[in-house]
Amino acid sequence: MGLEGFEDAGIYKLTDDLAIVQTVDYFTPIVDDPYAFGQIAVANALSDVYAMGGKPVTAMNIVCFPIKTMDISILRDILRGGLDKLMEAEVTLVGGHSVDDPELKYGLSVTGVIHPEKVVLNSGAKPGDNLILTKPLGTGIINTAIKANMAGENTIVAVTQEMVRLNKTASELMQQTGVNACTDVTGFGFLGHACEMIQNGEVGLEIDHSTVPILEKAPEFAQMGLIPAGTYRNRDFRTSMIEFAAGIPDWISDVFFDPQTSGGLLISVSPQKVENLLDGLYGAGYTQAAVVGSVIPDVPGKILVR
Amino acid sequence: MGMIVDARGLDCPQPVVLTNNAFDESTQLTTIVDNEVAKENVTRLAKSKGFAVEVEQKDGDFHLHLKREGPEPDTTCNSPGSGPMVLLIASDIVGRGSEELGQQLMTAFVHVLHEITPKPDTIIFMNSGVKLVVGGSKVIEDLKELEKEGATLLACGACLGYYDLKEKIGVGQISNMYDIASALFGAGKIISP
Repeated sequence: MGLEGFEDAGIYKLTDDLAIVQTVDYFTPIVDDPYAFGQIAVANALSDVYAMGGKPVTAMNIVCFPIKTMDISILRDILRGGLDKLMEAEVTLVGGHSVDDPELKYGLSVTGVIHPEKVVLNSGAKPGDNLILTKPLGTGIINTAIKANMAGENTIVAVTQEMVRLNKTASELMQQTGVNACTDVTGFGFLGHACEMIQNGEVGLEIDHSTVPILEKAPEFAQMGLIPAGTYRNRDFRTSMIEFAAGIPDWISDVFFDPQTSGGLLISVSPQKVENLLDGLYGAGYTQAAVVGSVIPDVPGKILVR
Repeated sequence: MGMIVDARGLDCPQPVVLTNNAFDESTQLTTIVDNEVAKENVTRLAKSKGFAVEVEQKDGDFHLHLKREGPEPDTTCNSPGSGPMVLLIASDIVGRGSEELGQQLMTAFVHVLHEITPKPDTIIFMNSGVKLVVGGSKVIEDLKELEKEGATLLACGACLGYYDLKEKIGVGQISNMYDIASALFGAGKIISP
């Protein structure tokens, strides 16, 4: 398959009805609990495959660990969290590689399978489509507050719960429904990935900011300046494509460009199918999934936030 | 010219954390940062806390001159004796000496709490004090009653973890040192049996 899009995963066609999807992702710890970190790393690494409508089948661990200075039980807990999450996702761990590194990192390379004609690309949104976001925003801001020791226990539990949640069922539901485009919301933030859906295309997006699901406490932390550096980079890169209506508070832009870890899927689906898909998502436990905007023809390559 | 917070060379969120701490001590200060992100983040913090911000660029660094705007924070509310009343329970026994007697005294103390006025606004449980908020504790019903009447019960999460009681918490909320320290420093009166 071509490389013209802006996808995070690569697809290689083996036969007329079978292609493989490959992706890799790893990072430094974002929560203190090693078991939860392992789970988050897996949910995050599998997400690219789910966003394209693929089925991840095998994975390999990537581990950087300071073996001389850190207790090995921490690594054991991380790998246990990762393995448990892989089992939940029905993905087989087939190996891995570790290196001695002063800074702990964990992630995976993932291989999935997909029918070459059923790949869901991030381009393909049609005028009149509704946009669904399946998880609340704000993980980068809250993870920054955790680093600053300013997040309470309830906030940590809530953000962890979202980050360990797989996009698996959301992906299966979107394939059953039939959708026009999908991306997963990760490092470039909600608006950064939304831009990828429409750049060089013939449509634009209109986002209703009041309907976008946001983690509790994220607005407060954003206003306190607990904002990751990536937010500023994401905004600088895309600022020419976005128009914010007057009167929208600054923190909305901070949250909308906040780099997400294991974020949700952003799905473009025809209005006739929206209700069905949303009901399915609620039923599957994506309780904060919401319609956040629509695809419009009048402003190609632009996003209007109202 | 007030105090100086030198946050050069520090990654996000440290410049914000250091400046926020300094706000507790000073109404006028300068935070020095060496990058755009830290400048933006500290500016946001300052505005959210009611400080005016003046940015001065010097030798490639940003000097953020921060000054509290408008009236001082309501001192009547922060003066001793008129803020919220905080009860700090840092042990499951009262006093030193016999442990058995100490436990009986603690049970009796919590029993009478709902009969006295004014009642504590916040009750903090630390160290072995967290044993009072778990299922099976002799005072759990008294504490549930106090919570129902509007008291906030904060149990130290690290302490629950230490005694392996996190799963057994029966009343109140699991809290952290930041929230606990904030409650103590914001208190009008702190009582510890």
